[in-house]
Amino acid sequence: MTHDIVIVGGGGAGLRAAIAAAEESSNLSIAIVSKVYPMRSHTVSAEGGAAGVLREDDTLEFHAKDTIFGADFLADQDVVETFVKEAPGELVQLEHWGCPWSRDPDGKLSARPFGGMSVNRTLYAADKTGFHMLHALFQTSLKYENIVRYDECFVTSLLVDDGRVIGVTSLNLYTGKVEVVAGKAVIMCTGGGGRVFPFTTNASIKTGDGMAAAYRAGAALKDMEFVQYHPTGLPGTGILITEASRGEGGWLVNKHGHRYLEDYGLGPPSDTPVNRKMELGPRDILSRCHMQEHMKGNTFEGEYGHYVHLDLRHVGREVIDGKLPFVRELVRNYVGIDPVYEPIPVRPVVHYMMGGIHTDITGKTTLNGLYAAGETACVSMNGANRLGSNSLTELLVFGARSGRAAAQFVAGQQAPSASALEALAKDEQRRLDSNFMKKEGGTEEIAQIREEMQAAMEEGAGIYRDETRMKATCDKLSELRGRFANIKIVDKSEVFNTGITSALELDSLLHVAETVAHGALSRKESRGSHTRTDFPDRDDVNYLQHSMCYQTPDGPRVEYLPVTITRWQPEERKY
Amino acid sequence: MINRPDKAKLYYPHMPATWWLRKRSYFMFMLREFTSVFIAIYLVVFLISLYRLGQSEAAYAAFVDGLRSPGWLAFHWVALLFAIYHSVTWFLSSAVVLSLRLGTWEAPRWLVAGAHIGGWLVVSVAILILYTVL
Amino acid sequence: MSEETITLNVTRFRPGQDSEPVLQSYTIPYRKDWVVLDALNHIKDWVDQTLSYRWSCRMGVCGSCGMMVNGEPKLTCSAFLREYYPNPVTVEPLVNFPVMRDLVVDMSDFMDKLKSVKPWLIREEEKPVSEGEYLQSPAQLGVYKQFSLCINCMLCYAACPVYGLEPDFIGPAALALAHRYNEDSRDQGKEQRREVIASNEGTWDCTFVGECSVVCPKHVDPAAAIQRLKVDNTKSWIKSLLLPKGGRA
Repeated sequence: MTHDIVIVGGGGAGLRAAIAAAEESSNLSIAIVSKVYPMRSHTVSAEGGAAGVLREDDTLEFHAKDTIFGADFLADQDVVETFVKEAPGELVQLEHWGCPWSRDPDGKLSARPFGGMSVNRTLYAADKTGFHMLHALFQTSLKYENIVRYDECFVTSLLVDDGRVIGVTSLNLYTGKVEVVAGKAVIMCTGGGGRVFPFTTNASIKTGDGMAAAYRAGAALKDMEFVQYHPTGLPGTGILITEASRGEGGWLVNKHGHRYLEDYGLGPPSDTPVNRKMELGPRDILSRCHMQEHMKGNTFEGEYGHYVHLDLRHVGREVIDGKLPFVRELVRNYVGIDPVYEPIPVRPVVHYMMGGIHTDITGKTTLNGLYAAGETACVSMNGANRLGSNSLTELLVFGARSGRAAAQFVAGQQAPSASALEALAKDEQRRLDSNFMKKEGGTEEIAQIREEMQAAMEEGAGIYRDETRMKATCDKLSELRGRFANIKIVDKSEVFNTGITSALELDSLLHVAETVAHGALSRKESRGSHTRTDFPDRDDVNYLQHSMCYQTPDGPRVEYLPVTITRWQPEERKY
Repeated sequence: MINRPDKAKLYYPHMPATWWLRKRSYFMFMLREFTSVFIAIYLVVFLISLYRLGQSEAAYAAFVDGLRSPGWLAFHWVALLFAIYHSVTWFLSSAVVLSLRLGTWEAPRWLVAGAHIGGWLVVSVAILILYTVL
Repeated sequence: MSEETITLNVTRFRPGQDSEPVLQSYTIPYRKDWVVLDALNHIKDWVDQTLSYRWSCRMGVCGSCGMMVNGEPKLTCSAFLREYYPNPVTVEPLVNFPVMRDLVVDMSDFMDKLKSVKPWLIREEEKPVSEGEYLQSPAQLGVYKQFSLCINCMLCYAACPVYGLEPDFIGPAALALAHRYNEDSRDQGKEQRREVIASNEGTWDCTFVGECSVVCPKHVDPAAAIQRLKVDNTKSWIKSLLLPKGGRA
């Protein structure tokens, strides 16, 4: 099948890109290829909200400054300026498409406080914002006849002909056949790869497949060392308890009942939430505070390790039921307590990858014809630490931008050459057959390698990092890569073979893990979410730069690209 | 266009004729549907009685007399129970259908159902009193 | 480590190999904080790589992991083993759907039906984004909010005997979403949805068994949505009889 634009991934960014392209011209044929039905995509799990300047007490400048400050100055400031400028329109556009945003009594869009934001600018739909945004986008996408979908088709590779991306190969889960989905441009919207870590808020599908496919095809993965820990996940499952629970007034307390964040310069504590203070500090800092408390022996110990309490009791049942109903539902289901009456056990868990496929401000990558948007991309608006509620808006702004950019790009492009497609597809079929589908005699268990990888990442690329442990992690990852070649594939069937997809996902995860670990090892400073005990200070002289990771036969090669500074000179980041 | 599996490779389960025995709620649903048979028969009987009454008082008395047989008595008891069951489920259902809102407040279902059932009881008792008094 | 074990009887169906689904037994370690999905993942990872099923968010919002657990449609990510232990747990694909493989059903039928009810905001005239949002009071939001919570998990279709007997029935989730848009104060597309909703395969196939609302993990209450659609259609029909031009200006 040949299309004008092939979008890989049917989450928020992919759907937004598809609609943007469809609105550019109804003559464009747009395909969405996704390994799951679009409404299963992980956007669905986002809870807290989406930031944008819509209120009179707010300015674009405030939003930009908060974002850049939160990013520890590793954000490209031109990108951030564009982002904050286009954010309000995108949020209103989504309102016009039916998203059931929560409202103020006067009928206007309601906004709540969020970590690191200086004013209330986070729009929300109770605490199921991602769910409502995804379903609004998906349902809206149904009305465009020029958007076709390949649901439950797993993209295995990008097809690159003479430096130009001309489509993808995808494993159709219904038939087991590897099919070519050709396009004049491809947009990667496949989300992050949080599943490289053992404790994560991320869904099982978040295995970095798009990042890995782009990396294998020669694209640069940028700033991969920056992995965000969300300070409040449930121990064990890693299920997300939204930052909005702190925005609505929740407190973090240690085992002595003390709101410990005041001991780390985030005070003074107050009964009602104050923007950027205490529990509304940024996620990287709050996660480090948790680890410090743990080292001081101030955390609780449970079956799944250390935790603290997120106390919502004083917030009251009415606010919890009105604005945080999902939090109550999740805690009741998965912890077996009611947050109206008992504090919630929480710990930092991996939540988001600031890094991803390097793109410019239009979503264009370094590969001709390849675009990327959403968590899978790194357009460099999040820098070293993303502010909560910026990512839902990001997928709208940059999803739309990449959709429009791709639509303009394909206008002047020839259809991909059939012979090139055929030859490339044949190569990919051969690779898949020998490594996966027809592989015989392997002995390594998929789950075993995955668990060892996750343990190594937690050990060497967690909240606190140092050279010795990171090196050990890098070594472990290359050992696992070697063992992966000997993987055991038992399932040889054609229909819905999740044995094969598990193996393909593990392949992606190992690529992503490698870029995170090597990126971290190379960056000899502490910035945002990347904290090294052996280099505890930020080093603007050497590292006010993005890391760019390329695949080579000898492992990842890391280069650097300067950060774009426009109006905000780097200063000390203090809240 | 969407991706679809090969229909020939799918397994199509069939629903057994006894599906309504599988679950209590399905059984109660079928029972609710079944009650209408009895209510329909009752209505036919009632219409005939009206027709007889139109003919003459004696014809009506003879017809009513015929209904005093144990079979008809049993039928009326069953029909009464079924009518009550049907009415209760009807009023409970009405609470699902009716959404009474005042601003952001929505009347709880028990209130709507309770009001219906209360009204029904009041009317039934009133008819009973009228019947016994007259 | 605990010695306790639990047995799962899991449907296997390998197209081309099995003529019909069969149950396969797995005895695995029992942990009281495990949900049925954790048990399936344990089997997949460590016992039998060939078992296939869908899952993703494991927190009850993506809608992937609906299956029959001891005969009841459930999200397996929120069905705890401790509810069944020490008895065995039977896990089967959602009923009323064609089975593709093991616990995976074909839901493309729903995808068609969803689209048929036009589940998007319809306006006679679009307001430019530059003019800001459509105003909507919390009370207006409250009217349809509940019906917007559907995660498309298909449990309601598995619970609906009408859908089992009459596969053309549009079904609870799609109709609930139609109602959600009809009741949205910003929407003006009711008439465009009417033909499908008021058709035989639309609301009038529903006999109000009510099980869809009982099994709905998000308390969407599709049964209420469908009955209210029926009332609305009836009102509109009576209006069309009584008023010239079918009650439309």
